[in-house]
Amino acid sequence: MTAPGNTEVVARSSASNRAFDVDRIRGEFPGLHQDIKGKPLVYLDNAASSQKPQQVIDAISDFYAHDYSNIHRGVHELSERATKAYESARLKVQAFMGAASEREIVFVRGTTEGINLVADSFGRANVGEGDEVLITTMEHHSNIVPWQMLCERNGASLKVVPINDRGELEMEEFKKLLGSKTKIVAVGHVSNALGTINPIRTIIELAHAQGTPVLIDGAQAAPHVAIDVRELDCDFYTISAHKMFGPSGMGALYAKESLLEKMPPYQGGGDMILSVSFEKTTYNRLPFRFEAGTPNIAGAVGFGATIDYLNGIGMDRIAAYEEELLDYGTNALRDVPGLRIVGEASHKASVISFVLDGIHPHDIGTILDQEGIAVRTGHHCAQPVMDRFGVAATARASLALYNTREDIDRLVEGLATVREVFS
Amino acid sequence: MSTDALRELYQEVILDHSKKPRNFREIDNASHDAKGHNPLCGDRLSLYVVVEDGVIRDMSFKGAGCAISTASASMMTEVLKGKTQAEAEALFESFHGVVTGKTDADEDALGKLAVFAGVRDYPVRVKCATLAWHTLNAALAEKEEAVSTE
Ligand SMILES: Cc1ncc(COP(=O)(O)O)c(C=O)c1O
Repeated sequence: MTAPGNTEVVARSSASNRAFDVDRIRGEFPGLHQDIKGKPLVYLDNAASSQKPQQVIDAISDFYAHDYSNIHRGVHELSERATKAYESARLKVQAFMGAASEREIVFVRGTTEGINLVADSFGRANVGEGDEVLITTMEHHSNIVPWQMLCERNGASLKVVPINDRGELEMEEFKKLLGSKTKIVAVGHVSNALGTINPIRTIIELAHAQGTPVLIDGAQAAPHVAIDVRELDCDFYTISAHKMFGPSGMGALYAKESLLEKMPPYQGGGDMILSVSFEKTTYNRLPFRFEAGTPNIAGAVGFGATIDYLNGIGMDRIAAYEEELLDYGTNALRDVPGLRIVGEASHKASVISFVLDGIHPHDIGTILDQEGIAVRTGHHCAQPVMDRFGVAATARASLALYNTREDIDRLVEGLATVREVFS
Repeated sequence: MSTDALRELYQEVILDHSKKPRNFREIDNASHDAKGHNPLCGDRLSLYVVVEDGVIRDMSFKGAGCAISTASASMMTEVLKGKTQAEAEALFESFHGVVTGKTDADEDALGKLAVFAGVRDYPVRVKCATLAWHTLNAALAEKEEAVSTE
């Protein structure tokens, strides 16, 4: 395995040397090359889920075709191969996230399960009667509901940091709400509904200054920006492979070993134990203690391939390309008559949420679909954000590394059609 | 750039009703009312009905929704005034059959509601077209809880 540093260095130096070849990248994604309603697909629903490169599709099917078996239990050759493939994926994820040890990487179904694991296990042991959990107005439902459930179970209360009209966290309010009763802070790195990049470094510093651990929901950050959990010094960071051009039903939770060691198990079952008798069960070491049952083995292999794919391009180059594209898209959409962008934070990634005067987002979505353009419309699993901006829903174009200025131009044309239908 | 296919769905009548919904008001002394919600798109509507001797004397709605759900609610309130409850139920059945593509649009049975036939080509929009009708069912059945399309 290459050391995490090496891939990064390669990526960074090549960023300056090589142009970002978006045509080549597009060529690697078979899903992009199809007609929808007779028109070439423009895929702008990446925040919901992303398309998959051939390399990842092949890794999964090759694994099933040649190396598949259950892991961690057989003495036979295939089980050994499968175990190796599964564990080497973990090392790739570890390096990608910048974790100190593979014991800190727990494979989960996705961000949702990662957060539920922490809320259930860490929460059970650390959040009690009268304690507080601090989240923000812009969280995805999956970073709200597990904490609500915990608070209800344990008699704790949920505190929510407000956001301003641009869709940025009110940091003064955060400081006020962060108190001695706060047992955990849970905040998204990038908002899926607004695109806001939150100042998580500052949040982590402030929380740590009074000994409160921080969970970062990285679902929307991982496909767009480099992550370094050690540099951030966050306590938990969780991601979903399917938003990063990898398989669905797969993700990772990074958790500091010192915390994970003390956390009670999440689910019980096979693989998470060392020995079981009816009198006493001894739990397995990390991270296996948190991976009960036969996991998504091929999903992990696909996740590993996804990370190889992203490293081959370089997260910094991806971020730079997308930043430029987001600028272009934001300016282009601002010029559409009657269009209002929801979420205009000064630090943003990948997402342009918008409403059109007098036209419901659902109608926008249907008409754009007729033009071959896939956007998401609705509340984006962030109803409190919709309430904050006084809208029932928005339309959302979310960009990824394979999108182009032409995609944005098609969207703008599509919006002209929307207006024409409603004129 | 062709908008013909879209015109099948967004007929002039539908656009007109969505921009200027009829019977868009509350009724203080409604004999029946109910709330409907489509969580998928955030549409919410409140429906008010005045039934006397089994006949719908007045009906109105309030709320915010997409063009299809607003027009459907607006046209439903127009069409059903003066109809009996049984006639309203029969009409919903024909309407439902047409928007889900199970039956062909029968102008005689549906009258001007036949403009919603285009919805059949947009399966995800069926819930928008039927939200008001489901809410009416709930109102007449005197259900307390908000109706949800999900
Ligand atoms: C910010 C954010 N958090 C969490 C999630 C949940 O991710 P998943 O559905 O992959 O578990 C999403 C996905 O929509 C998201 O955008």
